[in-house]
Amino acid sequence: MTAADQTPGASLWRDAWRRLSRNRLAVASGVAFILVTLLCVVGPFVTSYTANHADLKSSYQPPSTNHWFGTDHLGRDLFVRTLSGGRISLAVGILATAVSLVIGVAWGSIAGYFGGRLDSVMMRFVDILYSLPFVIMVILLMVWFERNFLLLFAAIGLVEWLTMARIVRGQVVSLKNTEFVEAARALGYSRLRIIFRHLLPNVIGPVIIYATLTVPAVMLLEAVLSFLGLGVQAPMSSWGLLINEGAEKIDVYPWLLAFPAVFFSLTLFSLNFIGDGLRDALDPKSSKD
Amino acid sequence: MGRYVVKRLLQAIPVLLVIATLTFFMVRLAPGGPFDEEKKVPKEIKERIEKHYGLDQPLWKQYLSYMGNLVQGDLGPSFKYAGWTVAELIGSSAPVSLMLGLLAMLIALSIGLPAGLIAALYKNSPVDYFAMSGAMIGICLPTFVMGPLLILGFSSGMGWFAPLGWYTWSDMVLPSLTLGLYYAAYVARLTRGGMLEVLSQDFIRTARAKGASERRVMLKHALKGGLLPVVAFIGPAFAGIISGSFIIETIFFIPGLGRFFVTSALNRDYTMVLGTVLFYALLIIVMNIIVDLVQAWLNPRTRLE
Amino acid sequence: MKPLCCTLSLLFLAACSRPPTNVEAGLETQVLHFGNGAEPKSIDPHVGTSVGANNIISALLEGLMAEDPRTLDPVPGVAERMPEVSTDGRVYTFTIRKSAKWSNGDPVKPSDFEFSWHRMLNPELGARYAEFLYDIKNARRYNLGRKCDGGLWLFNTRKVQTAAHAAEWAKLSEPERNATFASLKPPEDSGAKPTCPFCKKNLEVPAWDDWKLADVGVRAHDANRTLVVTLENPNPLFLEKLNHYSYFPVHPPTIDRFNAHIRKDTKWTHNAGDYVGNGPFMLRNWAINARLETERNPHYWDRANVKLNGVYFYPIDKKDTEERAARAGFLHSTQSLPAHRLDFLTRKWPTHYKAEPYLGVYFYRFNVTEPPMDDARVRRAFSISVDREQLVKYVLRGGQEPAYGLSPGMGKFEAKARYKFDPAEAKRLLEEYIAEKGDAGRKLLENVELKYNTSEDHLKIAEAIQSMWKENLGVEVALLNEEWKVFMSTVEELDYQISRMGWIGDFRDPITFLDLWVTGGGNNNTGWSSAKYDDLIARARREPDLAKRFTIYNQCEDILAAEMPVLTIYFYRKHYLLHPTVKGWHPTVLDHHPLKHVYLKATD
Repeated sequence: MTAADQTPGASLWRDAWRRLSRNRLAVASGVAFILVTLLCVVGPFVTSYTANHADLKSSYQPPSTNHWFGTDHLGRDLFVRTLSGGRISLAVGILATAVSLVIGVAWGSIAGYFGGRLDSVMMRFVDILYSLPFVIMVILLMVWFERNFLLLFAAIGLVEWLTMARIVRGQVVSLKNTEFVEAARALGYSRLRIIFRHLLPNVIGPVIIYATLTVPAVMLLEAVLSFLGLGVQAPMSSWGLLINEGAEKIDVYPWLLAFPAVFFSLTLFSLNFIGDGLRDALDPKSSKD
Repeated sequence: MGRYVVKRLLQAIPVLLVIATLTFFMVRLAPGGPFDEEKKVPKEIKERIEKHYGLDQPLWKQYLSYMGNLVQGDLGPSFKYAGWTVAELIGSSAPVSLMLGLLAMLIALSIGLPAGLIAALYKNSPVDYFAMSGAMIGICLPTFVMGPLLILGFSSGMGWFAPLGWYTWSDMVLPSLTLGLYYAAYVARLTRGGMLEVLSQDFIRTARAKGASERRVMLKHALKGGLLPVVAFIGPAFAGIISGSFIIETIFFIPGLGRFFVTSALNRDYTMVLGTVLFYALLIIVMNIIVDLVQAWLNPRTRLE
Repeated sequence: MKPLCCTLSLLFLAACSRPPTNVEAGLETQVLHFGNGAEPKSIDPHVGTSVGANNIISALLEGLMAEDPRTLDPVPGVAERMPEVSTDGRVYTFTIRKSAKWSNGDPVKPSDFEFSWHRMLNPELGARYAEFLYDIKNARRYNLGRKCDGGLWLFNTRKVQTAAHAAEWAKLSEPERNATFASLKPPEDSGAKPTCPFCKKNLEVPAWDDWKLADVGVRAHDANRTLVVTLENPNPLFLEKLNHYSYFPVHPPTIDRFNAHIRKDTKWTHNAGDYVGNGPFMLRNWAINARLETERNPHYWDRANVKLNGVYFYPIDKKDTEERAARAGFLHSTQSLPAHRLDFLTRKWPTHYKAEPYLGVYFYRFNVTEPPMDDARVRRAFSISVDREQLVKYVLRGGQEPAYGLSPGMGKFEAKARYKFDPAEAKRLLEEYIAEKGDAGRKLLENVELKYNTSEDHLKIAEAIQSMWKENLGVEVALLNEEWKVFMSTVEELDYQISRMGWIGDFRDPITFLDLWVTGGGNNNTGWSSAKYDDLIARARREPDLAKRFTIYNQCEDILAAEMPVLTIYFYRKHYLLHPTVKGWHPTVLDHHPLKHVYLKATD
């Protein structure tokens, strides 16, 4: 078989999948996550209330047959708000992670592959940024840009790409001098081709794991920003915003916190366990022996 | 080792300068200025105030003079709190945040380490699942939910603690606990993972084969290596703790640096924001140096370059 | 079983042996723990502007007149007795008490007041509330005027009010005067410096030493302890205004020592020894962002009647935290309450919960210089499509009153409802507008934005009103929140279409609300201008008879209702928690609770 038509590590994926499917916790988490996502995407179409319909007379109602999750201070149905908030939270999580992924992978692989001076400079930059108190900088960014919704993704993504870059660089460096890469080089493949077709597929493992763990971190960061009023802006809602609105009312209107918090935590839970499972599955020296 | 520390500190200086520059421009280019409230004042007066604070100079000149002052240790006056300098404000609030951070870290380690060790020791048993699920809850509940919950339970509920403030020793418990539990969860998971990784290695099998007790194996042979991921985590954890302390400080009304930072950022108090960011950055750098030293001690194979 | 008993008893002991709360200790220590809202920028009476600053300043300093704690009527403070007033109502003669002393033992002299008002009016200091002192003759001239060799010029946007070189000015004809005025007041951004047409000197801002030149109506006679104040016009409210902190004295030697005559950023207010005040309490320690401690002032002239030993002010700006603190016995009083707690507190804490009338109005401004808000029909449509009753009942939930006019009712002045909720009429007005403006009009209505300063409560109200506009007018308004500082500059630069504001009355007369809207007024910020309105306000200021003033005020309100530069929403109510052991604290419409009368006593 030529180096061209064998994707290295094909059996690795099959092994990983097998291990993953045997991990009950990870599978359960996966199912939970998919269910939550489906509910958030489809749910708002099913119910008769809309997320922003204020009905002042029915404010602060506890859960009932009319409003399954109760209502908030403006009489808005919490069930639909939780679900549409979920859409936003998940979108922010996934998109911001995607941003950090793109930047981090690009940065790390270029630094790792080319090595030498470029590597030094690029990783030094990462080190400097690592010393920045990140949440602080994000707050400054959000205050500066006056809560542009798209900027939220970018700002959060910019926080997370550093570790991604480090991981990717580490992997690339260790793969750089393996035999199959040498073979590709000997065969005269261009550098870019080597990066994209040979190195990256092997890097994908850790990247996927880290990405899966980044999504919950991003969602948490959005919640922190909402605490300061810098996250998603009204009338849109997100789980972070809903949780903040409910946090101080636990003793009087507990449902306002309970439902969004359950969804939020469940999502974070599942993603973390899926990430753990992936890590166990993709790492041959699994710690579950 | 001393030489290493000095070398790292010297390396930190250009980093701080870069950070100062970045933050300076980011804050100055933001819309809104610290004296916008004063617009009622006749134009000449506003100009005089701005001149007094050097705000009428072109941006690059302001930058140079700020950097010049910085090198001499002068962080400038706060624009929001009339008459107070940034150094004074940081000086009065930073120790509080540091104390909060250290206590939180202590709690995180003293809960997380044993939890992780026990979970690793009794792997896959109910104890393990219980500990790891508890840890997961800690990670998934943001501090601004955990805080009010703890207050509800132990302050309003049991009446054991004041609901806010930083005046007596007992006031320090709930805030540190709120912050610490979150990181305890991470520490527990990392400890467990690290220990399991080390325990699967050959030299452990050898030790067992030679007849060492399980406890001896864990504590004497595995611990040093198993703690590596935790130590690596302490650096970013500490950074996270002090950066995120503003939430705790707001909920519990603690006069720390985090709360100052948030008010300053929202109020365009340029000098205060810059001073705080630099302070945080310096703290993180120092923490990273310490962490690297500890890592080298734990893992002799890491060389201090 | 035994270990369980041990643990339980230990816990029980722990609970019993916890230290006393601030409230419990207060009965012994007579120290009041006061929730004061956000940390004030400054507690210099000529610099501080917030309610929080006012509370502290009022504890540390005292003015010529104080107030009765129940009725808020003026009573003598530093002044020995009520002043003698001349027959034309313009000249007030105050005699300072012999026993009035500063906290370092120095006697309080009439010249201290002259010095303080001089500082307050000095244009280089730039005190925000300087206009409070404009009742005094020539005060405005010193604060807003321009000086040249021939004296002080004072002009407003339209003409010269007083001229320097009086003799030469008198000789000019009307067109000559207008031409001169044009040269005296070059446009803001032309960069030209105004010069005097007579002496050719540049017009400068009056300096500290130009006080005498301005001839402001204050004369201090330290020898016989009298202070003679001459007003621009007779003003029945003057005595009440003297209780405002802008009229409070500062200790001149301290200001001299810190060189703080025209500087807002010195340290004289920071430390116990330096803040020399003449009030019932003096500064003990100021841990910024943590707590400001005060203790009895042993030199205060009325110390025999002050029962508290000290007041601790807590700068807790998060309402939830403050409310929690009060319920836990950490604070005796809060500054405010979160709206979502009102139901709960009414039911479960009725002994602590206070909901009192408060002289303030919550409103939205319209920027009348830009379409579509430049059209009175649009403004009216937006205003009458808001269901204030529903808002007050379901969103605010605090017994507030909907506002269908600008000034709340007070004393004999009744706040008449000048319009009502009428969504049909609102829709008709908008349709009329669209019919006239066509597509351009429709497009304008699609891009309306409401700006407000960041706060959960403002957001709630904005969201509710946003949905009302959507439902009743079919207009989707966008919401944007900004931090206070940025927001203030947004409002002052008229960079908004609709913006939120609240205004608390400084004293008990509707003019404190109505005079905001004069042309070019510092707090107008809508671009609205009406010569007729300006005239009415000027007449009201000169009118000593209350009944006649009220007639004028009603005419003002009619104009505001017809042209609607502001969308009034509700009249404030003050909600806070007050521990039952706090005595001597009476509900007042200005939320003034003079701390010298407050004491702590166990309730039986």
